[in-house]
Amino acid sequence: MQVFSPPAVLALKLGLIAAVCALALGAVTLYKFLPAPGGERSPVQPIPFSHRHHVGDDGIDCRYCHWSVEKSSFAGIPSTQVCMSCHSQLFTDAPVLAPLRESARTGRPLRWARVHTLPDFVFFDHSIHVAKGVSCVECHGRVDTMPQVRRVASLEMQWCLGCHRDPAPHLRPPAQVFDLAAPYPGAQMQKALMKELHIADVRRLTDCSTCHR
Amino acid sequence: MPSLTRRDFLKLSAASAALAAAGCSAPREPIVPYAAQPEATLPGVPRFYASAASFVGAAEGVLIESNTGRPTKVEGNLAHPGSLGATSVHGQASVLELWDPERSQAPRRRRLPAARDSFERELNDALARAEARHGAGVRILAPTVCSPALQSQMAGLASRLPEARVHRWDPLNRDHAHEGARLAFGRQLEPVYRLEESRALLSLDCRFMEDEPGRLSYIRQFAGARTPKRETMNRLYVLESAPSLGGAMADHRYAMPVAAIERWLLKLAADPSQDRVMRAIWDDLRKNQGLVLAGESLAPWAHALVHKLNRALDAPVSLVEPIDPRPETHARSIAELARAMHAGEVELLLILEGNPAYDVPAGLGFAQALARVPLSVHLSLYEDETSALCTWHLPATHYLEHWSDARAFEGTAAIVQPLIAPLYGGISPHELLSLLLRRPQRGYDVVRAHWRGIDWEGALRAGVVADTAFRAERPALRDFDLPQAADAPAWSVRFVADQSVLAGRFSNNAWLQELPRSDSKITWDNAALVSSDSARELGVQTGDMLELATQAGAVSAPAYVIPGHADRTVVLALGYGRTRAGSVGNRVGVDAGRLRGSGALWTAPLAGVRKTAGRHEFATTQDHARMEGRDHAKHIALADLVGKARAFADETPEHSLYPAWPYDSYRWAMSVSLNTCVGCNACTIACQAENNIPTVGKEEVARGREMHWIRVDRYFEAGRALFMPVPCMHCENAPCEYVCPVGAPVHDSEGLNLQVYNRCVGTRFCSQNCPYKVRRFNFLEYSRSEEPLKAQKNPEVTVRMRGVMEKCTYCVQRITRARIEADRENRRIRDGEVVTACQAACPAGAIVFGDLSDGNSRVSEAKRSPLRYELLAELNTRPRTSYEGRVLNPNPELA
Repeated sequence: MQVFSPPAVLALKLGLIAAVCALALGAVTLYKFLPAPGGERSPVQPIPFSHRHHVGDDGIDCRYCHWSVEKSSFAGIPSTQVCMSCHSQLFTDAPVLAPLRESARTGRPLRWARVHTLPDFVFFDHSIHVAKGVSCVECHGRVDTMPQVRRVASLEMQWCLGCHRDPAPHLRPPAQVFDLAAPYPGAQMQKALMKELHIADVRRLTDCSTCHR
Repeated sequence: MPSLTRRDFLKLSAASAALAAAGCSAPREPIVPYAAQPEATLPGVPRFYASAASFVGAAEGVLIESNTGRPTKVEGNLAHPGSLGATSVHGQASVLELWDPERSQAPRRRRLPAARDSFERELNDALARAEARHGAGVRILAPTVCSPALQSQMAGLASRLPEARVHRWDPLNRDHAHEGARLAFGRQLEPVYRLEESRALLSLDCRFMEDEPGRLSYIRQFAGARTPKRETMNRLYVLESAPSLGGAMADHRYAMPVAAIERWLLKLAADPSQDRVMRAIWDDLRKNQGLVLAGESLAPWAHALVHKLNRALDAPVSLVEPIDPRPETHARSIAELARAMHAGEVELLLILEGNPAYDVPAGLGFAQALARVPLSVHLSLYEDETSALCTWHLPATHYLEHWSDARAFEGTAAIVQPLIAPLYGGISPHELLSLLLRRPQRGYDVVRAHWRGIDWEGALRAGVVADTAFRAERPALRDFDLPQAADAPAWSVRFVADQSVLAGRFSNNAWLQELPRSDSKITWDNAALVSSDSARELGVQTGDMLELATQAGAVSAPAYVIPGHADRTVVLALGYGRTRAGSVGNRVGVDAGRLRGSGALWTAPLAGVRKTAGRHEFATTQDHARMEGRDHAKHIALADLVGKARAFADETPEHSLYPAWPYDSYRWAMSVSLNTCVGCNACTIACQAENNIPTVGKEEVARGREMHWIRVDRYFEAGRALFMPVPCMHCENAPCEYVCPVGAPVHDSEGLNLQVYNRCVGTRFCSQNCPYKVRRFNFLEYSRSEEPLKAQKNPEVTVRMRGVMEKCTYCVQRITRARIEADRENRRIRDGEVVTACQAACPAGAIVFGDLSDGNSRVSEAKRSPLRYELLAELNTRPRTSYEGRVLNPNPELA
């Protein structure tokens, strides 16, 4: 004996489909409108450090502070002593630098808020990217124009893969990697760079093991 | 919805999952730079420091990996004679010992936390009284002292407090070897074997691969002389009373109780021609640079006799001064101390490490005697059985936290340098002794002053102090009396140092507790090992309880039947049945020490042995002892190998349904030589340390949920054990890859079979379909990430969570590091640049890893060996990991 009549079954089915669609729609809406993963784009820092002033105006090379970027996975965050190499002479009593002086006095490090963060299962290496002609600008944007650093890229896997699948348009001659304002050299030059820097194997670049261990 | 791909679907489900997680966000992790950058630090790149660690009475050189100040991993030091690049299981596990949250963290007086100042006051008061008596009543007790600086501090004590006395007690002492040399040569000497020069070795119950001070060097030398060329391959005869690694590697193995081995030796020394086997062995020894090794279980006269035989053979053995020469044996020294304590002659007792209340033979009543000492001080890493009975307990520094020095088995000294400041404000033995000398000094100053005049920085960098090896001596042989052959007892018990916890030092170390013991594959336990015939005679099966009684005492221990073992000899490992080891080590196994009398440290007649009521469940990692005719661990006799291009038929089917993968760069591969693997387990624990592999505990191991990425299978066949390390095979046609519904196991462009943790949803189809059973699943949240244990974790490897499948990655993080370094310099990775953790640790050099696309690489060469075969090749999985079969070299006259 049939419990439900055929029209009831149809209504039930339609109702279920509608419910699934509504759920999916809700999910997609949330996915679009929830804050992007990767944390706050421009968090408040203990000292309102201005990259525009230090890099753009003063012309300090990236590597003066981010000194291990060519040698290590970690680009390096300057120690209090590095800041103090100038600020023991300059702006010695500026109120904004009070935390810095405090750190120098007590030996307790500053605690900077992270702007660019990756999940723990992603193993990003700065040194290989800069060695292969990927400029700081690619991921960090024109920090030389930012009074307060903010994240310009999503840092999602899809975004990483965009470059790993087709690296050529993102390359610069290694000599210009730290020159944030330098123009990109054009497709032909970039093709030559691919060869010169031995970045032929896109299959290798998109292997899971390239970034995950 | 035809256009919905798998990825889109997963994205949508992830988004809906975000509904539940809405409001949650990633934890804020600030960036904390240095305030003042130490020189030469490079965050993100590990640094290695040379040091030395002592586990069995001699130093093993180590290189400690430090990640921004955190010691995370131990590697061997190629330049150190006690390591030769290899590490022991204990070396690997010592880094977990450092981070163990249950280490003692504060001084205690009568078990209650107390201030270090009040200790120093109390000590000084006692010293003031003692000085008036010229030190009478002051006693120091230490295990084997490998540190020359500590020895000279102790010598300094004699001039300050002439009546004070220094005692030794090491549960794994070498009394018999040293007394044997005293009989033979008139003074204490230590034999240093040059195994590589010998082609015929006779081991008389000598556990030279696990307990002898030169163990890592001996394994390397043995393996080096095991190459199957007719002229150079060595032959090993083993007479043993307990299963050992050497016994498993033997070409001829005879299992018998200690008394029978001693009788056999007496006969051999008298006239080898009276017995066919004896004659054949002796002839072989004489013709082939023979060498006889005597084990600590044999009586001193037997050691003396072995010296005599080696002299007659002109054997490759050097005699050197012992690392810690003593006028009296440890047994006599501790007996005298116990007597003095009972007699109330001891006013101040300083116990420098060791755990005498637990491991001193019960008959001496050491624990009771401690109550009669007005001021007893125990310096140790853990607050253990002895600490509980002493007036004061002081937390000791770990060897990764203090300055010291240590000698290797042949004398070479190494400086022990700290990698990290003491985590709990511990005190080093040097510092404690300097307090006793009333001249408080930092450990660094003591060590530095002792080694004045050497190239200090060179010694630190190299990990050895140049030209400090002992000179080999050639003293004249003396005559000595031999005993009459005594009747062997009907039943005897044999005590051995446990392969994992030694005599209890590592009881609280979960890595070691969970490491399957080579012979039995038992974890988290010790067992009364009995042979199959003895088990039948006693009417017991594995798991039945046996009551054992000697003159010293009685214990009830679970039986474990092990084939091919000496009849009527029950083997019981030391170091278990602890009561104050910590939450990991307490109540694990039974305390063999209760059967151990002071005159019978290694073997004792059993006054009683019988089955009693009760059952015990073991957690073993391998239920099968036999190969059931499937021939996984292949072997061949040397004589059969001659002239063969391939020792074992290639069973790989010719065709495959799957297309071959295209490779245009590196092709990583591994070769494991069963011919040199001695089954020591160093690979398993090195992998555990490198890859953040959790321990799961006894119950979970019993459910088959252990997490080791490389296991060592053991098969009993033809009277011997065969060992076979099994990591992931990284198959070309990988069965795991085909069945995963979410594509978590993937093949990469260099042939690695990857497991993508983030994709894994835990269906476990891959593990089901893996014929090698090397995949491991996190059934529960096994990875402990609390402080300070998380500081041990390798920052280069993901810590896996519950519900995720994992397995050997060929140390992909090491490949990646090498690739990045090579790519930065625009070159290819060189052969030998990528060394996997198992390969680096292996003392036998049995594991070779490298790039198959380079025909000259060592792995390519290993794959061309006539001994090569693949495990379960008939399944057409085409593994990247292959094996070299074992070659047996039996004496034709004993065939």
